[in-house]
Amino acid sequence: MTSYTDKIREISKRLLKEGKVDMVIGFTRGSVPMMHQPMFAKNQGDVDRFVWDGNCGINLANYVTDRKEKIGIVAKGCDARNLAVHIVENKINRDQLYIIGVPCTGMLDRHKLTASVAGEIESIMEDEAGKTVTISGNGFSETYDRAAVLQENCSLCMHRNPVIYDELIADKVPEQSENDVDRFAAVRKVEEMTPDEKWAYFDDLLSDCIRCYACRNACPLCYCPTCFVDESKPQWVGKSIDPTDIRIFHFLRAYHCAGRCTDCGACVRSCPMGINVRAMTKKLEKDCLENFGWEAGLTTEQRPPLDTYKPDDPEQFIK
Amino acid sequence: MKVIQIDKSELDAGLKKLESAYRLIGPVKEKDYHLFKALTPGQKPDLDYSNTRLSARSILYPQSEVMFTFSLDKNDPQYAILKEPAKDPQPRAVIGIRPCDADAYEVVRRNFDTPEYKDPYWLKNFEATTLVGFACNNPCPTCFCTSAVSGPFSDRNLDILLVDDGNHFLARLSTEKGEKLAELAGWKRPAENADDTIEKMKATAESKMTTTVSTDNLANQSLTDLYEAEEAIWDSEAFACINCGTCTHACPTCWCFDVQDETYGKSGVRMRNWDSCMYPLFTMHASGHNPRDKKIGRVRQRFMHKLKYYVDKYEQGIQCTGCGRCVRLCPVNIDIRRICNKMNSYDPETCSCAVTS
Repeated sequence: MTSYTDKIREISKRLLKEGKVDMVIGFTRGSVPMMHQPMFAKNQGDVDRFVWDGNCGINLANYVTDRKEKIGIVAKGCDARNLAVHIVENKINRDQLYIIGVPCTGMLDRHKLTASVAGEIESIMEDEAGKTVTISGNGFSETYDRAAVLQENCSLCMHRNPVIYDELIADKVPEQSENDVDRFAAVRKVEEMTPDEKWAYFDDLLSDCIRCYACRNACPLCYCPTCFVDESKPQWVGKSIDPTDIRIFHFLRAYHCAGRCTDCGACVRSCPMGINVRAMTKKLEKDCLENFGWEAGLTTEQRPPLDTYKPDDPEQFIK
Repeated sequence: MKVIQIDKSELDAGLKKLESAYRLIGPVKEKDYHLFKALTPGQKPDLDYSNTRLSARSILYPQSEVMFTFSLDKNDPQYAILKEPAKDPQPRAVIGIRPCDADAYEVVRRNFDTPEYKDPYWLKNFEATTLVGFACNNPCPTCFCTSAVSGPFSDRNLDILLVDDGNHFLARLSTEKGEKLAELAGWKRPAENADDTIEKMKATAESKMTTTVSTDNLANQSLTDLYEAEEAIWDSEAFACINCGTCTHACPTCWCFDVQDETYGKSGVRMRNWDSCMYPLFTMHASGHNPRDKKIGRVRQRFMHKLKYYVDKYEQGIQCTGCGRCVRLCPVNIDIRRICNKMNSYDPETCSCAVTS
């Protein structure tokens, strides 16, 4: 990954030097393992703080919403798709962006790695070939096959290469296809449950939610000036940790993301309790694909299916 | 102070005896991490843990708590009268709380127990609770309690400190509450030379702390200088922040709440819920004006409160016990250790921080 890092720094420096952008947004090394921090560089001297590896799982499209500057942005496959969604939804103009595309081999699952050892992880190393990940701390050192410790959304990803970009930092990586992975297997499992089993499943899924809203705030789609859970006139949802209110928050938020969610996994990654928030959005991704032949963020020319009307929309009730 | 020795095999039997006198609360691992939970009869606290993912704050101060109930039925003679619900008066004991979380109660108490105001909910819970702490022999790399207002063996706010010396638990009793609990549990064998052993183990644990923060200059810093240090501190820190409430929800010393009425048909409750200074709604006025409407203002508030306003108001150090939870859990690495060091070393002459990590 050092070649990726070098290339990001080189391009960023050039863009700032030539005055093509006012700032570049990328990642810098976090003070703790697996937690790289989004940062901006406005001066050439700052770009040497940029890094790239498997800990850059936060979606940087979240950081350009409504900005006025000309921005260089480091974007892996899902970030670029969310930039496309942002452009379609008028949250940023295409000509404000210089997209530094990163062909991505997946991000590491910090929840899985944290749970895999008893102590606190003090360092994490990926080998240059991208095959293994080694975590170590007080009294332990474990090496894993990198593919086995990827975030689930990354191991199911079909768009690792950015769909829109101005420049790529490396050759494209091979894409996975439906033949390689069954990306909706987990959704089908839930679909096949009885109502009681589904109830128990979602009850358990959300039982640890503390309503911190990290999932919402890490999500590039959640840019509403006032989220429905924060409305007070009228107040749609209670503010306590009553399970009904927690469910309403998660289900409604998921529906707001239907046809827009790129399954970037920022929600799960940011959740302090490790809740698989994607269990809800993945179902809506499947429905959009099956009903409308739609995948979010692959074009800047077309609005998502749920905010358009076409006479030949498949749902009978719409006609 | 009296120190007694508890064989490891005696711990569970003692806890069993306590069940009739106390509601027991302890660390429990249910999914991938430990949380404090009420223990069911016979359930053992899982002391094989470094710290709970969330703090022990909610034991005394639940995230959602009903303060009053009321009737909206106009035919009800009690119509629209706020009534305090019956509270559980049973004494409870927390088994295995870490010193940082217990010391956080002292911090929170400064706000909830003042000559002018007493928070009846928090205080009632506090008075009913006996704290059996568990010393940290192996502090986490993200812990910095020794340079915050706590320490791996701090028992300033514990009734009993349990120390695992490998073969036994040494229990140092520091209050009457603690002595009463030990007696009920049947733990009474005096430990030999235990103070020396505990002091040595404390020194070893403290020497394992890998991170510290500098706080010595915070009180001397000008409040307005720090507030205005946007370029040196706040702009870059606020950029990454996504304004979620992970840090405030995980924190043992955050105390802000929001009062809400909820109605169901013809009855309702007035409750308080934890609030978070990270949320725009936190400062939204009824007029619609929001004095802290930008992310930078909210990020600044959190750290100015913990590391400057509190320091100046109470003169008891920082509003942080160094438990490290916000450091471990912040999804975008807003690290209070870095910000504390920046604030402590900020030079208003040059508008820069001597320490930036």
